[in-house]
Amino acid sequence: MADVILSVKNLTVKRGSHTIIDNISFDIPKGETFSIIGPNGAGKTTLFKAILGLIKYEGRVEWKEGIKISYVPQRFYIDSDLPITTKEFLKLKTNSSEKINEALESVGLKNSDVHKNGVKKHILNNRLGDLSGGELQRAVIAWSLLGNPDVLLFDEPTAGVDVVGEETIYSLLQKLKETHGMTILLISHELEIVRKYTTTVLCLNKEQVCYGPPSLVLNEKTIDKLFGEEMHYYHHKHKN
Amino acid sequence: MDVGNIIFLTLTGALVAASSSYVGSIMVLKRMSLVGDALSHVALPGMAIALAFGISPIVGAFVFLSLAVLGIWYLEKNSDTYPEALVGLFFTASLAIGVLITKEVDLLEALFGSIEKISFYEGLATIALSVSVIIVTSLFVKKLMITVISEELAQTSSERISTINLLYYILVAVIVSIGIRFVGTLLTGSLVIVPAVAAKNISKSMKGYFLMSAVFGIVSAVIGIPLSKGLWLPSGPVVVLVSVVIFIITFFYKKLFAR
Repeated sequence: MADVILSVKNLTVKRGSHTIIDNISFDIPKGETFSIIGPNGAGKTTLFKAILGLIKYEGRVEWKEGIKISYVPQRFYIDSDLPITTKEFLKLKTNSSEKINEALESVGLKNSDVHKNGVKKHILNNRLGDLSGGELQRAVIAWSLLGNPDVLLFDEPTAGVDVVGEETIYSLLQKLKETHGMTILLISHELEIVRKYTTTVLCLNKEQVCYGPPSLVLNEKTIDKLFGEEMHYYHHKHKN
Repeated sequence: MDVGNIIFLTLTGALVAASSSYVGSIMVLKRMSLVGDALSHVALPGMAIALAFGISPIVGAFVFLSLAVLGIWYLEKNSDTYPEALVGLFFTASLAIGVLITKEVDLLEALFGSIEKISFYEGLATIALSVSVIIVTSLFVKKLMITVISEELAQTSSERISTINLLYYILVAVIVSIGIRFVGTLLTGSLVIVPAVAAKNISKSMKGYFLMSAVFGIVSAVIGIPLSKGLWLPSGPVVVLVSVVIFIITFFYKKLFAR
């Protein structure tokens, strides 16, 4: 039996009389990339919050003892005039410049020589709100890496990032998994990405629609069940 | 009025302004500016009751403000939508009650403050409180900033965010209570907000923002208090207007020079 990092049994979340997620069970072994997919309102973010213990739930959520978890939330808007530089943002978590440089290097944001001719000031001294969507996403990932987590939870890592940025963030996650031996949980809309990068997928639409390796469980039947007819459009588009 | 006294009052005022601006700068980032302003109105009935019982009005103000911040903290923690309108209603109602139960001779002073009435020992206590507020705030300012950037990040950074918020609100209650003696219940909100928004106009970094916010607070008091004495005007409104002038200067600076 593989080293299980998170075990969830019969997880149900209700708000008042309304059931948001119903009877979900899964195990996540160490080093896995685990995706949760489903349409809007399927309860994906709620599932994340439940396993993080941020909201009330019924059932059982067991993390392996001593596991450090980092969470990158779905929406991360920074006011463009919020007076804080990237460096100060990272320093909110640690005072060690060494650790900060390490984390920045891991997310591919390292240092001033990258920006030629002094055109662009080093990203560390830029205001957080002045970063591009992709840069900000990387800065937040760097922030989450600072505590040396064993598990990273990403709620739609590419929301608000352009397509090129999207690819690189997923390959970045892949790299982190390989170099740091991390376990990664992510919420995604994008089937192609899930197929390409993840080892196990959980399809969620209030209840558990499918669970297993993407190559086995992501067939037309489950996708129809999960997203309804609208999904065909996206699916064919990606095939082009 | 002798010069020594004016210097002492100016020093006291400068420290009150510095601590208010420092705490206020986080309030502005938390988008709570108007809550801070409305909050100060709650102090009035507390002051009136304290005066009726012959206790220091600062104590009465602090008790009422503490109850009010506990209320805000509780609502914020336990409801999804923050009932801003309800808070506004409750606080302005307090002001109305306060105006009715405050004796007319005390009313003007309670509404607009009176730095002249501060005794030497009261001044010393105010200085000690201001310095304590600055020290305590600086101890957990990083954690507060995480809550400003993202509540969710804060929640999962294993910090006791609800406790941090409560501690912060109590600091707000303290600075509003001591600020009231200076500029009164109607203007103490501006002592908290104006230097901070002026600093926000010109700051790029967090360090610069907090520093400039405190500096603008201090400058407003150091110019405003002696100026009001020279012109035989009440000090509170003059200090607030000086800070507003600083805001206007930084506003145009931002328009003309920034980016």
